Amino acid sequence: MTTTVRADGPAVRKDAPGAARGPRRRTGRIRRAGLPYLLLLPALLLELLVHLVPMVTGIVMSFKELTQFFIRDWGAAPWAGLDNYKVSVDFDAPVGEALLHSFLVTVGFTVLSVGLCWLVGTAAAVLMQDAFRGRGLLRALFLVPYALPVYAAVITWVFMFQHDNGLVNHVLHDQLGLTGKPSFWLIGDNSFVALLTVSVWKGWPFAFLIVMAGLQNIPRELYEAAALDGAGMWQQVRRITLPSLRPVNQVLVLVLFLWTFNDFNTPYVLFGRTAPAAADLVSVHIYQASFGNWNFGTGSAMSVLLLLFLLVVTGAYLALTSRGRRTAA
Amino acid sequence: MRRFRAAAASAVTVSLLAAATACGGGSSTDGGGSDDSPKELTYWASNQGASVEVDKKVLQPELDKFEKETGIEVKLEVVPWSDLLNRILTATTSGQGPDVLNIGNTWSASLQATGALLPWDAENFDKIGGKDRFVDSALGSTGASGQDPAAVPLYSMAYALYYNKKMFAEAGVSEPPATWDELAAAGRKLSKGGKWGLGAEGSNPVENVHHAFVFAKQHGADFFTADGRPDFTDEGVVAAVEQYVGLMAEEKIIAPGNAEYAQNQSVSDFAKGRNAMLLWQSASANLKSQGMSEDDYGIAPVPVQSGAPGGGKNVNSMVAGINLAVFKNTDNLSGATEFVKFMTSDAEQKILNTAYSSIPPVKAAQEDPSFNTPANAVLKDTLAKSAAALPQVADESQFETAVGTAIKELFADAAAGKPVTARSVKAKLEKAQQQMPAK
Repeated sequence: MTTTVRADGPAVRKDAPGAARGPRRRTGRIRRAGLPYLLLLPALLLELLVHLVPMVTGIVMSFKELTQFFIRDWGAAPWAGLDNYKVSVDFDAPVGEALLHSFLVTVGFTVLSVGLCWLVGTAAAVLMQDAFRGRGLLRALFLVPYALPVYAAVITWVFMFQHDNGLVNHVLHDQLGLTGKPSFWLIGDNSFVALLTVSVWKGWPFAFLIVMAGLQNIPRELYEAAALDGAGMWQQVRRITLPSLRPVNQVLVLVLFLWTFNDFNTPYVLFGRTAPAAADLVSVHIYQASFGNWNFGTGSAMSVLLLLFLLVVTGAYLALTSRGRRTAA
Repeated sequence: MRRFRAAAASAVTVSLLAAATACGGGSSTDGGGSDDSPKELTYWASNQGASVEVDKKVLQPELDKFEKETGIEVKLEVVPWSDLLNRILTATTSGQGPDVLNIGNTWSASLQATGALLPWDAENFDKIGGKDRFVDSALGSTGASGQDPAAVPLYSMAYALYYNKKMFAEAGVSEPPATWDELAAAGRKLSKGGKWGLGAEGSNPVENVHHAFVFAKQHGADFFTADGRPDFTDEGVVAAVEQYVGLMAEEKIIAPGNAEYAQNQSVSDFAKGRNAMLLWQSASANLKSQGMSEDDYGIAPVPVQSGAPGGGKNVNSMVAGINLAVFKNTDNLSGATEFVKFMTSDAEQKILNTAYSSIPPVKAAQEDPSFNTPANAVLKDTLAKSAAALPQVADESQFETAVGTAIKELFADAAAGKPVTARSVKAKLEKAQQQMPAK
């Protein structure tokens, strides 16, 4: 990093005043062209520091045997070759099997959460497209879950999901009598439902916000023309709203997918260090592999695998959707 | 032109600064301690009182005293238990940690293996008055045997059975139970009308492990073989875990809701009279802060299978406690040692252990009459005669996580009404064992 900077420094100074007219003009052009890049340099270096360096460190760690005996002095940790990866993807052995289970839980959770967030968000945005009294107030209210700090919001859910004194059991069991006995939400199989509920509650306002912004760009005339031609509400949504929202949705779904798949805060605050098997999301699973078992090498290998998976999915998604757009155009 | 050069210069400066700041960290990762910063210490205390605030009130006056004596300012941070081990691991990894810190004594061997803590060899012990000032049972939980201790005992604690006198009288239970059969029988009498016999912290892996360890001892089993390999599926271990979780699953004397407790809710429940019994370590100060008068509860030794508490199969507590450790790369080694000497001095031991209702691991302080209350008598007796140290192996911390989580899942099964059998216990413990580091 530092070398790049030093190399640039003298190069600038060498072109000090006094050079011939022709070259000067040329260097002036170069300078003018170079200025934006130079101004980008700080951001670029910080980007390297903040993102790339930790990422590369993580990849290096994944090839080391970084257990409790070596965490104090990473340099001394022996190279493990592909061992950490082998352990992670050996699905017949316990560690790999647990990772695969966690991965599948996460995929199921992500598909459901993104789908529901998008559905609820879009439905709310479409329903609120026409002006009515109190629309501003409702919009603000809908955005509250998104604006709340994650920890405060999720810890409130923890209280609500408690077995003995929680609001959820009070309503479902005590008041409505829907369940035979109070359910456990934070342990056991129901924890998946609890996690999904909180995730959708927290995520749909973002979908709502983005779709609402996207709707502003659809000309009103289209709807008026469609209405004149006898199209009902449903047909308007299907033939005008959804196709017009396509580019917005494309980005929205991708962003929601990445956030949800990687979500650490929600499960961690909800369940603590050890999530129940039914809600064992991969991010917490990796955390547990690193900090619970003091094996940062395997944890890093799992992280790298996760990164690769997300890259592949994102790449495939972008390729597919952009091809779709080209065909449409 | 000039403007361009100024822009270039500032851009370069900013980038360099950024690079320099980034490289600033971690410089002290390697090497031993030094005395570069003799007037300052950072101290991480564990949360011993009812809250972090309570601890600050207890410790700050003592730290001020230390500053007056030595001129060394101690910066105190009380770290909650949920964060402490993570913080220590992060400090170990980055080399950026406190000078002195409290550790759970069961972590001693695990943290010793990282090499981050200053070993207490004879020379270092001499600086604080010698090793023989400390009680043997407490020294038994300071690191792997055959190695210099990784820390010095600070507070000693033991498990005891706390029982609600009024609830016992109402249910017609005259004596605190001495065996598990008696406890189950008493529990059945007490569990009615929304009240329950016993409390438990089912979702707290550490608490689960402490109990499982004692039950295992009582079944003549150990979680580790003599040469330090995990042996979680031993018949005795399986029976031990089954018996503990069975208090909820079979005997039904623990409220199912306790399966999700991990924030000491069972102590509050006990203080509020929802549970008649509680197995806890040195709970007096905590119960007092929750408004329960000392006259309302009694303290008895933790039950055994049969007979009276003692060694071997009649162990009825782990050696619980807190150790004080020095980070090896401290930049105030003399100050840190001085501080350990201060905290383990007879006078400070009396003050601190009184505040936390624990037992001083320092012999001279322990003999002080103020530690002869009935409550302390039970704890002292347990520590002296019938407490055993958790395995002092490098994998201890991983063991707490793996087995503790397995028991958490078993409690979840029990709470949901699923059967907890020897087979289901063995399956969970087998999974836990497979998660342990390969040897």
